[in-house]
Amino acid sequence: MRAAVVVFPGSNCDRDMVVALRKTGADVTTIWHKDVDLPINLDLVVIPGGFSFGDYLRCGAIAAQSPICRSVVDHANRGGYVLGVCNGFQVLTETGLVPGALMRNSGLSFLCKTVHLTVETEDSVFTSGYGQGTEIRVPIAHHDGNYFATESELATLRDEGRVAFSYSDNPNGSSDAIAGVLSSNRRVLGMMPHPERAMESEMGSTDGQALFRALVGQTITA
Amino acid sequence: MKAIVTVMLKKGVLDPQGEAVKFALRGLGFSGVNGVRQGKVIELDLADGTDTAQVDEMCNRLLVNAVIESYTLEIL
Repeated sequence: MRAAVVVFPGSNCDRDMVVALRKTGADVTTIWHKDVDLPINLDLVVIPGGFSFGDYLRCGAIAAQSPICRSVVDHANRGGYVLGVCNGFQVLTETGLVPGALMRNSGLSFLCKTVHLTVETEDSVFTSGYGQGTEIRVPIAHHDGNYFATESELATLRDEGRVAFSYSDNPNGSSDAIAGVLSSNRRVLGMMPHPERAMESEMGSTDGQALFRALVGQTITA
Repeated sequence: MKAIVTVMLKKGVLDPQGEAVKFALRGLGFSGVNGVRQGKVIELDLADGTDTAQVDEMCNRLLVNAVIESYTLEIL
């Protein structure tokens, strides 16, 4: 499995992501946002958390227009895997790779704590390491994680089983308590919680390991 | 020429910031505040003769997220 982590000005979870991927056996490189092309024979692109471009205009909006993001969209359209975590999820919604938008938390506060998630589907490489309905503990750290989608989009997500994770105790006002969603081909996952921060018992949870183990086990080259 | 783009959350999209401002105004004793919606104004300084269709394209491609926001455009 060859993976690349995209680094924008303001990314701050890129190193944690690299460590999590390497720990599970992936061959990982980082890519600066001004690079135009992705490395060849790449299986997975990860857009990490942080505050790309200072969250100016809207979270993820400027990053989504960067040259590298056009290559990420092409990679996804070829059937490649893409994972966006936190700010990465915001970037993915801005590119249109996953539906919806992330708005200011309903309580207006920045939330930084470990939350309980329910695994809503095991039908994706990201979630196949968990049993459907399993409850896992993963940290969140965001100000704009309030997932919004129209009623028809929410119905589509439900009907197609594309809600990957939901919050057990909705902390930010998200529609249907959604914490992570899949693309229609189930190869793109955007999620607000940080699985890369739940990799060691010293971190308070190891529940992120199953996501990376299942994902890195995939070797289809897009 | 200048273009003023006013971006607002769509009707039906909960605006938690507007709600917080509403409660703060009520806390100051302004009893008649039934609702507050908070948006943003983007002022574009443009070459004279810029086509408004191009400004609409700027809005649709970057300035506005059509999932949650709508906008009005004023050319000065």
